[in-house]
Amino acid sequence: MSDFAVDVRNVSKRFRLAHGQYNTVKERIIHGGRRKATEDFWALSDVSLTVPEGQTVGILGRNGSGKSTLLKCICGVLQPTKGEVAVRGKLAGLLELGAGFQQDLSGRENIYLNGSLLGMSKREVDRAFDAIVDFSELEEFIDGPVKFYSSGMAVRLGFAVAVNVDPDVLVIDEVLAVGDERFQRKCLDRVKLFQREGRTILLVTHSADTVRSICDRGVVLSHGRLIAEGEPGEATRIFRERLMAEGAGMSIVDPAEVAVPVAPGTGAAALPDEERPVRFRSVHRVYSGDNSVAYMTTGDDLTIRVEFEALHPVPDVVFSLEFRDDYGNTILRTDTSIIGIQIAAPRGISVMHFGVVDMPMLDGSYSFALGIQSRDGILYDWMEQAGKFEVMNPGKATGMLRMNVHAALISTESDLDSALA
Amino acid sequence: MAAEAVGVSPRAARHGNITRIVTPTISVRKRLREIWLSRELLIYLVRTEIKVKYKNSVLGLVWSMVAPAMTLAIYFFVFQIVLGNHTPNFVIFLFAGLLLWNLFSLGVLTGTGVVVSNAGIVKKVSFPREILALAAVGSACVFFFFQSIVMVLFMIVLHSGPDWSYLPVLVLALITGIVLASAIAVLLSSVNVYLRDTQHLIEVILTAWFWACPIVYLYQEQIAKRLGPKGLTWVYFLNPMVPLILSFQRCIYAHPTTHAVVNGVYTTFYVLPEKGMGWYVGLDAAVLFLSLVLFLIALAVFGRLEGNFAEEL
Repeated sequence: MSDFAVDVRNVSKRFRLAHGQYNTVKERIIHGGRRKATEDFWALSDVSLTVPEGQTVGILGRNGSGKSTLLKCICGVLQPTKGEVAVRGKLAGLLELGAGFQQDLSGRENIYLNGSLLGMSKREVDRAFDAIVDFSELEEFIDGPVKFYSSGMAVRLGFAVAVNVDPDVLVIDEVLAVGDERFQRKCLDRVKLFQREGRTILLVTHSADTVRSICDRGVVLSHGRLIAEGEPGEATRIFRERLMAEGAGMSIVDPAEVAVPVAPGTGAAALPDEERPVRFRSVHRVYSGDNSVAYMTTGDDLTIRVEFEALHPVPDVVFSLEFRDDYGNTILRTDTSIIGIQIAAPRGISVMHFGVVDMPMLDGSYSFALGIQSRDGILYDWMEQAGKFEVMNPGKATGMLRMNVHAALISTESDLDSALA
Repeated sequence: MAAEAVGVSPRAARHGNITRIVTPTISVRKRLREIWLSRELLIYLVRTEIKVKYKNSVLGLVWSMVAPAMTLAIYFFVFQIVLGNHTPNFVIFLFAGLLLWNLFSLGVLTGTGVVVSNAGIVKKVSFPREILALAAVGSACVFFFFQSIVMVLFMIVLHSGPDWSYLPVLVLALITGIVLASAIAVLLSSVNVYLRDTQHLIEVILTAWFWACPIVYLYQEQIAKRLGPKGLTWVYFLNPMVPLILSFQRCIYAHPTTHAVVNGVYTTFYVLPEKGMGWYVGLDAAVLFLSLVLFLIALAVFGRLEGNFAEEL
């Protein structure tokens, strides 16, 4: 390909993991002039990637998958052990915002220093200076020493300098996740402006949403290998799949392992064993979709199958269900009494189920809690983490919930004009 | 939309042909080119280092003159008053040697630790890292400049004029000293990443090295008289700083041989070798050549070691 902006050619990077290095002469001499037996660790193995000019590529991967190493090789901070990287045009790397800030110098002096570290000439900095100060919103503090800046201010200044380098290729390493929300949006807007201007952008992120919303292409790294590359949606899907496959693949909760906490809001401590006539035995969840993968897709149906045991017949038992997101926010709380069914538990083991039709959640991991109580609110049993599940969104929208949104152009100025005429 | 289309094409035209390739190793020639392209950064780093050093001190740069002046005063006291060295204008002689030595030793000493102490930048920003070592030598040059001013004041007060005809020799020796210090600083700054002892070792070596140079004693009296008859002066000249310091002294002190009346006795002082300018130029040029070779070697070594800086720091 001739119009590449960044061409990574069979790059491998080896790190030597020494378990406690011998960095002094004494230690070297004691150990026969050798370093301690080192272990080779290939942070990158034979990675090839061609990024055409003007494309925005998101690099996804777990911690330690080699994302940052790849970016560092592209930036030239690290030299690859094998292979090479060709970069066409001016490259600015945002591996760490404000790297190289001198705490004792003023913001103004640091702009010049940082700018020249990033390869700008004095004239270029002069020209961009106002834009930098403007973007960082630090007009009042620009002549104060950076050591008195808050961390957010320093980050703003760092980003402002980096985006004003006027790069052809911008490399961003997870730095968009810093700063307050408003500044994040401002950074993202600047990234989008860069896209429109036809600049090439490579960014590393943990956030599948970012990749989905701003990237033209996604690349997935795992254990130093490039395992997938393609449409952002496809890449995020593979990334999440891989993440889950490597993570905890739980599906059944053994109630014996689950502590029985007090149900929030009931105020009453769990009753002693003899006064808890109904208890959970096990919980299964079943998706309507492909059950061979560890996640469900937005729009799938979910069935939660609850096996419980009653010590003696209880005429009226209420089962409650709470869905929570990753941050513990309750998405839904309901119970069988609200749903409007009455359950009588016969002595022995029985099974009931909750069914959710057309799951509306988008990407994310969710959990649910289950409870058993009497009609008058006496809590028999409670499972705080009765189950977890991951939802994958096959579409392009991001956020929390799928909503049916329509859009259409209703009228234009010329329509109005013709209506008035 | 049209504006965006326009935005794309000049970009391609402007930078389209600049291709940078990151490879496992970078050739020495490319390294030299990149250093040259980063010369502005070098200036900023030097400026930063000096600014930061004296940021919160009232006297600021004056300290860079006070400290050597103090050293000078001590040497003067010890050698001239306590030990009874009656060389005329001994202060100027001392100052001439110290001036170059301070430049060299400060450059080497700070240069050695510079990659380690700037780990934050080295790990996160891409730029020719040799610049850091060069900046250390650069700021030593700035201090050299300020100390020179003090020395000129001394010379005026003591009515001790330099030998102007030797000024080109002094410049040659100065350049040679800077190149030598840069070469050693670049080399040791990379080695120091792997062997942190280097930093401490170099302090000791520099102390010994100082006494191996004719700074506080007279070359002609102490060295030539003793080693000359045995034909061993060449051993003393294995120290590349010797000809450079002698060149400085020849220009600034100006008198290879002087006379003075000490305790009523007319005494002759043999300070510097009675050689022509060619002798000085030849030796300095030889050291310059060796320093340049060492600089290239240092760049090559730096390049080999640089690849793993990020993981060692």
